[in-house]
Amino acid sequence: MLKYVLKRIALMFVVFFIIATMCFVLIKLLPVPTIKVQGRDANLVLQKREQMGYNKPIMTQYAIYWKNIFNFKKSDGSFGWSPDFGLGEQMYISQPVFDVLKEKLPYTIVVNLYSILIAIPLGLLLGIYAALRKNKWQDHVVSTAVMLVVSVPSYVYAFLVQYFLCYKFGWFSLTVASRETANFFSWTMFKSMFPAILSLSFGTIAYLCRFSRAELSEVLTGDYLLLARTKGLTKTQAITRHAMRNAMVPILPMILGEFIGILSGSLIIEGIFSIPGIGKLLITSIELRDYNFFMSLTFFYTLIGLAGTLVTDLSYGFIDPRIKMGAK
Amino acid sequence: MDYNNLPKDKFVFAKREGKIADKKLETKPIGSFRDAMRRFRKNKSSVAAAVIILILFLYAFIVPMASHYTIEDRDGYYKMLRPRSKLFSWLGWDGCMKQQESQAGYDYYGSIGFEYGQSAIRSVQGKEIDANTGNPIYQVYVDSYEVVGFTYVDLVKEEYEALKEYQSKTGIQVVYPMPANYKTDFVAVTNGANLWYMLADESDKTSGEARDHDEEGRPIYVANYLKKSNKTYGQYDSIRLNIPGDGDDGQYYVYAVKNQTGYHLRVLYKEYYRYVHGYYADHLFGTNQHGQDIFVCLAYGARLSFLLAICVSVINLFIGVIYGAIEGYYGGVADMIMERITEILDGMPFIVVATLFQMHLSRKVGPVVSLIFAFVLAGWLGIAYRVRTQFYRFKNQEYVLAARTLGASDKRLIFRHILPNSVGTIITGTVLIIPSVIFSESMLTYLGIVNMETSGYTSVGTLLSHGQTYMSTNPHILLFPALFISLLEIAFNLFGNGLRDAFNPSLRGADE
Repeated sequence: MLKYVLKRIALMFVVFFIIATMCFVLIKLLPVPTIKVQGRDANLVLQKREQMGYNKPIMTQYAIYWKNIFNFKKSDGSFGWSPDFGLGEQMYISQPVFDVLKEKLPYTIVVNLYSILIAIPLGLLLGIYAALRKNKWQDHVVSTAVMLVVSVPSYVYAFLVQYFLCYKFGWFSLTVASRETANFFSWTMFKSMFPAILSLSFGTIAYLCRFSRAELSEVLTGDYLLLARTKGLTKTQAITRHAMRNAMVPILPMILGEFIGILSGSLIIEGIFSIPGIGKLLITSIELRDYNFFMSLTFFYTLIGLAGTLVTDLSYGFIDPRIKMGAK
Repeated sequence: MDYNNLPKDKFVFAKREGKIADKKLETKPIGSFRDAMRRFRKNKSSVAAAVIILILFLYAFIVPMASHYTIEDRDGYYKMLRPRSKLFSWLGWDGCMKQQESQAGYDYYGSIGFEYGQSAIRSVQGKEIDANTGNPIYQVYVDSYEVVGFTYVDLVKEEYEALKEYQSKTGIQVVYPMPANYKTDFVAVTNGANLWYMLADESDKTSGEARDHDEEGRPIYVANYLKKSNKTYGQYDSIRLNIPGDGDDGQYYVYAVKNQTGYHLRVLYKEYYRYVHGYYADHLFGTNQHGQDIFVCLAYGARLSFLLAICVSVINLFIGVIYGAIEGYYGGVADMIMERITEILDGMPFIVVATLFQMHLSRKVGPVVSLIFAFVLAGWLGIAYRVRTQFYRFKNQEYVLAARTLGASDKRLIFRHILPNSVGTIITGTVLIIPSVIFSESMLTYLGIVNMETSGYTSVGTLLSHGQTYMSTNPHILLFPALFISLLEIAFNLFGNGLRDAFNPSLRGADE
């Protein structure tokens, strides 16, 4: 088992390394932004480029890049600098990428954390309820609602939430409270993030509900459940002790995957509610052609995605001892 | 009877001439497709979804051709018009909007209609007196098409003559007298063409008594047109239409002011629009902030989305089927290597792939083609995975072994014997690629990563992002694209689920 886990982790890093190399080369092949400032400033930019090794061969730069990542002691940021290319909008000028990441990541994590903390219990409860009332009107109502919510794109609810809660009724502010004035886990912060949290949870609730309904209703038809009833267990006992435990085998890995996913956040929801999170950072870095940021974020997103898949896959074996991992 | 020595003449040939063939089947054979179709048709919601998809599809392809608006028609005056439908005007779909106006604004909107007969204010829904200032505040329901009112246009001589001829031929008044240089107290509007009036006894306003309005608060307008005693005097040249009282006192209204290039005139925009285009403006979904018709823009965006999605799903179908078939059929080393490739492709975040393709290729091959590349790069993984699973399931079955023993080639085994088993999943997978591509495309264009707003086309995401800017004041710009994409996604998901169930033979008879 341990051998299998280690093998999977090693494989993950190999895949990550290949993707990272490809992305690095592709990003480095992009045209270098033209220098928009003139005179002495332009010279400074050129000097900085030279100093940062932009004129070296790409693979040499790549080696330097990796060296910088593992050079944590260096105070000037281990993920490289945002280059000062005189782009006009020098948003992250001379700020180490790592510091900006550290600053933006909490917003994304907090919003997503709240949203899944709301979504998981609701989704599970609805799903279980629908499964227990299968083919009755309650199930039809829940299933139809879930189908609608799963199909409609997430930004459409975001628009609805924003229009009704923020404009029409004016219950919530349009912007997120800043971290200087409010603690991340304070009520003010929660309230200012609520529209985003709500829009994010819709999808998760529906998805989880559909999944748990399908799993539980499949489990409920099993013969061992009939046996449990004939042994004399009450319906509640049979469901909680036998059906739920089996139904949870595929559900729990999915929830774990959701938890890993909170790091990457949602680009579009962060865009709509102007949350200064990591998704917004990616968009900004693309808009500004800030390739160092784009590169670091690519690495970050890739790693999160791979780790999510890995954790989901491996968790099956830990949750259900009957599943032999790595067995052919 | 001696069975060993049966007399020969007892034997008769059953059939000597002709070929021996099976009897024709009495009943109609039901192939797997026909069976799937039969089950699909039983699923009412999927059939409804298919009809909706068809309607949306027709909308996307017919409207850009049939409508007299195009995406490049940008009307500078008819911006952000509200949606208007003749059929559903009783539902509030009448091109009007609620607005809060001060007394001056109320007078202003009233004046537009007062001059030519159709009021911009459809109804006054309420009147309050502001507690602090004592000024009245009106809740008015104004027609967004009439709010534009009058505008100034500059025409060269020939155009001016043509307009005059049009007026005298049809009897429709387009050109109205120029207002005299005078300011009313309505300051919010810089478009002076609508300020043609003076309020009665306005000079008394300083005394505090509002005598320019009658007892019910309705303004009393007094025309304040520019007048000259000689209609051909100096630089002025006016056409005179039948306005009572004009010219009685030897003073004539001025309809056009000559300038270096031609004539400066004041026109009723509604009629002028009709004169130029041949029809009145009428926008089913309203117009956006550029004055484009949303109904048409959305159709252009939808057409692009459909074309893109169909293109992508067909390409993905081919790559996925071939890749999955090779993986699943040959197995072993080939499978292992190919699986690693899929793992790498699967690990690349889509947003990064799309951005990189956009940055590298959009200048060479255009944004749409580079978007197709981005979708194709990892889009076929799902189909390949399904096909691979099916191959693993079927490749060791007896019928395949039998075919192989009879000498069937690999190609024949793959495409004739094993692949048909996975037709159902392939079709379902291909159909379900379409909504996901449309969603991702709208997301990328919404975020501005892909810019499709070059001349001649737009995308649903671009429309959404424009709409979001004006959400608080003009929600209709956002509403229709959002509604369209929601409807499309719902319909496609229902349709896809219906197909999946229809192609699943284990459900045969389950609902009968």
